[in-house]
Amino acid sequence: MDDALIVHRLHFAFTITYHYLFPQLTMGLAPLIVILKTLAIRKKDERYNKAARFWMKVFGVNFLFGVITGIPMEFQFGTNWAKFSQYAGGVIATTLAMEGVFAFFLESAFLGLFLYGEKRLGQKWHWFSAFMVFVGSWLSAYFIIVTDAWMQHPVGYTIAADGSAHLTSFWALLFNPWVGWQYLHNMGGAVITGAFVMAAVGAFYVLSRRQEEYGRIFLRLGVTAAVIASVFQIFPSGDGQGKMVALHQPATLAAMEGLFKTEKGAPIAIVGQPNVAEQRLDNPILIPKALSFLTYNRWGAEVKGLDAYPRDQWPDNIPLLYFSYHIMVGLGTIFIAITLLAAFLLWRKRLYQARWMLWILMLSFPFPYIANTAGWMTAELGRQPWLVYGLMRTSEGFSPLVSAGNGWFTLLGFMGMYAVLSVIFLFLIWREIEHGPRFLKSAVKTEGAA
Amino acid sequence: MESLWFALVALMLVAYVVLDGFDLGAGIIHLLVAKTNEERQLVLRSIGPVWDGNEVWLLAAGGALYFAFPLLYASSFSGFYLPLMMVLWLLMLRGMGIELRSHVDDPLWRSFFDFIFSVSSLLLAVFFGVAIGNVVRGVPLNSEGYFFAALWTDLRVGPQPGVLDWYTVLIGLLSLAALAVHGAHYVALKTDGGVRDRSRRIASLGWYALIALTLLSLVATFSVRPQVIDNYKNSFIGWSVPLIVAASLGAMFHFLKQGRDLAAFLSSSTYLVGMLAGAAYGMYPTLLPASTDPALSLTIFNTKTGDYSLRVGLIWWIVGMLLAVGYFTFLYRFFRGKVTLEEGEGH
Repeated sequence: MDDALIVHRLHFAFTITYHYLFPQLTMGLAPLIVILKTLAIRKKDERYNKAARFWMKVFGVNFLFGVITGIPMEFQFGTNWAKFSQYAGGVIATTLAMEGVFAFFLESAFLGLFLYGEKRLGQKWHWFSAFMVFVGSWLSAYFIIVTDAWMQHPVGYTIAADGSAHLTSFWALLFNPWVGWQYLHNMGGAVITGAFVMAAVGAFYVLSRRQEEYGRIFLRLGVTAAVIASVFQIFPSGDGQGKMVALHQPATLAAMEGLFKTEKGAPIAIVGQPNVAEQRLDNPILIPKALSFLTYNRWGAEVKGLDAYPRDQWPDNIPLLYFSYHIMVGLGTIFIAITLLAAFLLWRKRLYQARWMLWILMLSFPFPYIANTAGWMTAELGRQPWLVYGLMRTSEGFSPLVSAGNGWFTLLGFMGMYAVLSVIFLFLIWREIEHGPRFLKSAVKTEGAA
Repeated sequence: MESLWFALVALMLVAYVVLDGFDLGAGIIHLLVAKTNEERQLVLRSIGPVWDGNEVWLLAAGGALYFAFPLLYASSFSGFYLPLMMVLWLLMLRGMGIELRSHVDDPLWRSFFDFIFSVSSLLLAVFFGVAIGNVVRGVPLNSEGYFFAALWTDLRVGPQPGVLDWYTVLIGLLSLAALAVHGAHYVALKTDGGVRDRSRRIASLGWYALIALTLLSLVATFSVRPQVIDNYKNSFIGWSVPLIVAASLGAMFHFLKQGRDLAAFLSSSTYLVGMLAGAAYGMYPTLLPASTDPALSLTIFNTKTGDYSLRVGLIWWIVGMLLAVGYFTFLYRFFRGKVTLEEGEGH
């Protein structure tokens, strides 16, 4: 473990994984808050405004943690991955800089108005500031996905005389064919997190019989959004993303599925442990021919296994990649089952009395976080051994003069810092939930009194 | 084109220092000017809606630097690895200090975050000055354009200097004084009563320190890096810089005595612009000088990205900046005027 490469990889993996716990909730809650604000204005019902204000507070704390854990990400391209930055900066710095100029300014300016300006702005403009925060956070995600998509499937570049990649087409970069499904799949995942968290808080209020009128609002919106997003996540977005991988990263697909040998009518493994030494799955439970059908829409189609590719192009951690992918898909399937059932009960007006279902909803909010994390692990482990797919290996990208010792020093520093952050975060969010929406000060009342 | 991008990146960095400078400054003087809970809440309210937006300028400037000069970004960020990581930790602590202080109504909680906010602001101001000192002084670049800076070596300015030496520490102190004064002007502008009086006192005491450190750092810079004078010899435009700096220092003193807070704050902004513009003008076209062999220095020419990127970048940069300036003009106008405790909502 004194290998600098491993330390730099762990450094990025740890900080990005921790960071992404926050933006997925911000991006998931943002559209839901816009919906609550819209309902408040449409129905002229102050409860929706209070509900929006409650989630704004959760959003505010969450956004702050997203910002302070996000700053290290932009720095780390240079600090830990200098050779990569030098090589790829001619392309990906465009989207990273555009994120700053187009998304960060927008988000931070309107968040200030959104959190501090409700009274002075009036309801219409406050709605607008909520909407702009939503636009900013989703735009930010777009630029990051474009950056990642270029690493997954490089387009619109040329290799210059000094060996680094230079951009040749701005539009090809922004509309990389990889981007579309990945973006939709990622945003669907964020909405699942936001919706599950909202439904869980709602279920908690209804189960514990406090502020029940708000619990019901949260359940209604949370369950509705969750069922739509969960279905969307498997089809079409997950399906589309999977076909992208099959087309452009076939070795990755084989590793994700644990398919070691090329087969006609390849099965999908539901359960099984990859045994890389023996090149097979241990204890497999398979659905025959399903992989061929899902990948090529033909039951008998040939799917290339890992044996079709040279060993040095195999992802370097096949078991972790395989499990990440299977955890993501497994949880995604469970989300559909839970949310369909909950939505059915909601439609039959039995959800608020079905305490067993409320218990499930209350306890299931951590799982979208796991599924989102596993999804990103699938994408990035699947990209290995490449840092830029087909162009630059991960082992060539890290900073040449930053030693493993210095890497460990700062990695441990981040771990300590993030441990403290976690405690403070959970404490603050718990306080907001304890306090609840009912007793929040109303901005509208004072307008009426004035 | 690369010269234009040099100017644009410099412009964004200047915008960062002027804007985030005042909220860093407010943090530095926080514990001195605000004694009671109410007063401290006032100081935080004065920067509450804007500090995050100000900090975005750092990210946007960093992004633009990476965009225009990728090799410089790769070299300097990996070379200043340790101090940058510390800056990151300080930025995190400071963000928490500002935002979390008022979340819990408990004197111990508040004192803790007041302290975190103030100390991290102070250290950040020093670190940013040290960073500028390092860039002016130069670092031991190798033939590939990389280096790894030790935190300190023998505290002398030599071919193998550390991040901290007498020169960079001096610039760090200059930065501390300049931002403390800048912040004091801002807090005076945004508040009333005891907080305003104390801020004005700090601004006037700080003014003397600022004059002394400015002169001292000027002399030191000429002795550490005599080449900075070259650009000034070649063109007259450069000589407006020392005039602007001198005039802004004079104006700061004058307006402070008259109690015109806004004019004093603008003078201190002008001072920061002048100092940074002067440094950038003296450096051009070098971005990071090599302390080992001048031929290894990183310049705008050997670090720039492709010309196509730079041309396209100009278009989206202008569009994005117009939008950003629009938001911020609106934001500052919206939250203009003195802050009070009653209008609070949200937190």
